[in-house]
Amino acid sequence: MSRMRVLAAMSGGVDSAVAAARAVDAGHDVTGVHLALSRSPASDRVGARGCCTLEDARDARRAADVLGIPFYVWDLAERFETEVIDEFVADYSAGRTPNPCVRCNERIKFAAVLEKALALGFDAVVTGHHARLDEDGTLRRSVDPAKDQSYVLGTLRPEQLAAARFPLGDSTKAQVREEAARRGLAVADKPDSHDICFVASGDTGAWLRERLGPRPGPVVDAETGETLGEHDGAYAFTVGQRRGLGLGRPAPDGRPRYVLEISPATSTVTVGPSSALDMRSLVAERMVWPHDGPVSCTAQVRAHGGVVPAVVTARGDELDVRLAEPVRGTAAGQAVVFYDGDRVLGGGRIRSLAA
Amino acid sequence: MRGRVRAVVPRPGGAPEWQLPSTDVTYLDHAATTPMRPEAVAAFTAVLTDAGNASSLHAGGRRARRIVEESRESLAEVLGARPSDLIFTAGGTESDNLAIKGLYWSRRAADPRRRRILVSAVEHPAVLDTASWLARRQGAVLETLPVDETGLVAPEVLRAAVESDPASVALVSVMWANSEVGTIQPVAELARVAHARDIPFHTDAVQAFGQIETSFAASEADALTISAHKIGGPVGVGALLVRRGVEVEPLAHGGGQERDVRSGTLNTPGVAAFAAAAAAVTAELPAERVRLASLRDDLVRRVLAEVPGATLNGAAPGAGRLPGNAHLTFPGCEGDSLLMLLDAHGVECSTGSACSAGVARPSHVLLAMGAGEAHARGSLRFSLGHGSSAADVDALVAVIGPVVARASRAGELAGLSAG
Ligand SMILES: Cc1ncc(COP(=O)(O)O)c(C=O)c1O
Repeated sequence: MSRMRVLAAMSGGVDSAVAAARAVDAGHDVTGVHLALSRSPASDRVGARGCCTLEDARDARRAADVLGIPFYVWDLAERFETEVIDEFVADYSAGRTPNPCVRCNERIKFAAVLEKALALGFDAVVTGHHARLDEDGTLRRSVDPAKDQSYVLGTLRPEQLAAARFPLGDSTKAQVREEAARRGLAVADKPDSHDICFVASGDTGAWLRERLGPRPGPVVDAETGETLGEHDGAYAFTVGQRRGLGLGRPAPDGRPRYVLEISPATSTVTVGPSSALDMRSLVAERMVWPHDGPVSCTAQVRAHGGVVPAVVTARGDELDVRLAEPVRGTAAGQAVVFYDGDRVLGGGRIRSLAA
Repeated sequence: MRGRVRAVVPRPGGAPEWQLPSTDVTYLDHAATTPMRPEAVAAFTAVLTDAGNASSLHAGGRRARRIVEESRESLAEVLGARPSDLIFTAGGTESDNLAIKGLYWSRRAADPRRRRILVSAVEHPAVLDTASWLARRQGAVLETLPVDETGLVAPEVLRAAVESDPASVALVSVMWANSEVGTIQPVAELARVAHARDIPFHTDAVQAFGQIETSFAASEADALTISAHKIGGPVGVGALLVRRGVEVEPLAHGGGQERDVRSGTLNTPGVAAFAAAAAAVTAELPAERVRLASLRDDLVRRVLAEVPGATLNGAAPGAGRLPGNAHLTFPGCEGDSLLMLLDAHGVECSTGSACSAGVARPSHVLLAMGAGEAHARGSLRFSLGHGSSAADVDALVAVIGPVVARASRAGELAGLSAG
């Protein structure tokens, strides 16, 4: 690679710090930017960590100091609020289970930030995502299957990926941490972020209740149609959930019950046996799918799930997906990403699932 | 131009490491802080290794005390004040806090009706946030005085605010010169309006001191804030001048130093360096004022020629504006994009203010002057000081055109449009 002007998005975590360091080593002219995504960055979080705190901004700045690169904070709180947070709330209130990290990549990191960077004269944006991006634009899984993040990048369009660089794809997380320590980056042993960065408490149900207010409704048995209980907001449930249903009594047959369906219009949560969770086909929308005809591949329907064999057929602006094995624990609103081995073929957002 | 040496703090057990200065930095941010003057460095280092607490009774203590008192006298002289007016502090922020809280508490203790704090809308946060804290926690009523489109507080505006209920005013504070746009306030006139009702008047002269003549006597103020690092002294040293007979409750209690108003062992080297810097800046001021104003006029004229849509914020260059201040708006651009691109070209300047996380915020000063949010966001402050030269202006002018062109392309994406 020839010398480029590179913008390194630095979250304050170990991955993005090492990614920026590698871009410096590769001889590029690197500028670090921390994205301020929260309107009130003063709200230091206790215990958990994400991408929105003063501490993270400080950590990112210190990493940039150690690397000797210029560092700035870009205020994207307004964009993040309308494009990610508002959408997240709207999705839940429509009965979908959104993945805000996917959305943030699509609309913030590889849209607002990338466009601004290119306009300001940068050639590329470097992030600490664990994924590989070949010279020809092919996205592939990280060599570290446990940390692979190709799923949350799988719905990016080719022009978004064209200016992206992921220097960590060939390394495991352990190697990244070790390298950070070797480089004297204080974030080397900072814990990974897991939860949703803007839900400070980690309690998504409570967070949603605060925004959406109580919306009580019945919990209904799928087989008998009987009302088993009441809840105060269907948004607090996700399909496949077993615990916390608040049903006083077990099912007549003694088997555990799971959330099968959420109908926001009537605020109804339908529950039933685990066998009813098995989904064998789905329809995806908002897709990135540059292929013709039915394609045999594998599909991943959850951030940390396995893959199942699938046949994907494009129909207009939707994808029709037949799964060779049933999947569980996913829901409308989640991303589906298709692979050929470790190569990402495309992806989309799940609109509906069927048994 | 100014080459700077960046010290890298040695790691425990490691050898000290020094990074060489980047050779051509164009420093146009003297209002943020200005390099220490050689006279100040000499005074500072001369005192630094000499043990002696100015409160101690032995020879070392006497030596330290003498340095402090001579520095106090020398500062008082250049400030048109009496030595006993000076209370040394750890900087402008502390002095402002001491003035606002100290005056409020003592005035309110004397008469509980005195709850109103009148401050201009364009004060530094050291004044504004202190006053709003008093309003939140200590029963004060904060009233901000509106300014005109140049940032000026009209004496009639203050008079109207005072006269609406004079007995309830605890204090008035209006800065001498604005830190962002450089507008100079008619402090003596404003002080007279307050004094007509026996209300104490404080002025933050941190930006004015060293750039224009600042006489405590001529200001007619009861309390006045100065800070060493803005005039070529060290960071972390300042003073509050308090006229005799004006009561200020202390913030810090302890050993009773500084007339019992500000306890704490005196910072002898810092105070000595402050006085040395003040003496140097005062000696140079008449010539430097003219020199900086002409450099600034040149900067403004040439930047406006390069960027036709740009506008100068604040008062017209002349007696109503700090000589070293140029504050410009570049429509359609975000200030932080401009700053980043200029920084990449070695030109250092500033946007309004940043929050503690480093996020650029639209300047409250420009908003108070009636600017829209986009206008406020698209502005930069260039501030000149000792060491600034025509080469600095040349360096800025050489890059500002392309930088603005790039930033406005990014601004278009953010929905800002020029004009
Ligand atoms: C007008 C004004 N007041 C107060 C301060 C604070 O002074 P210091 O940095 O010494 O605390 C500054 C400096 O930023 C200033 O410009």
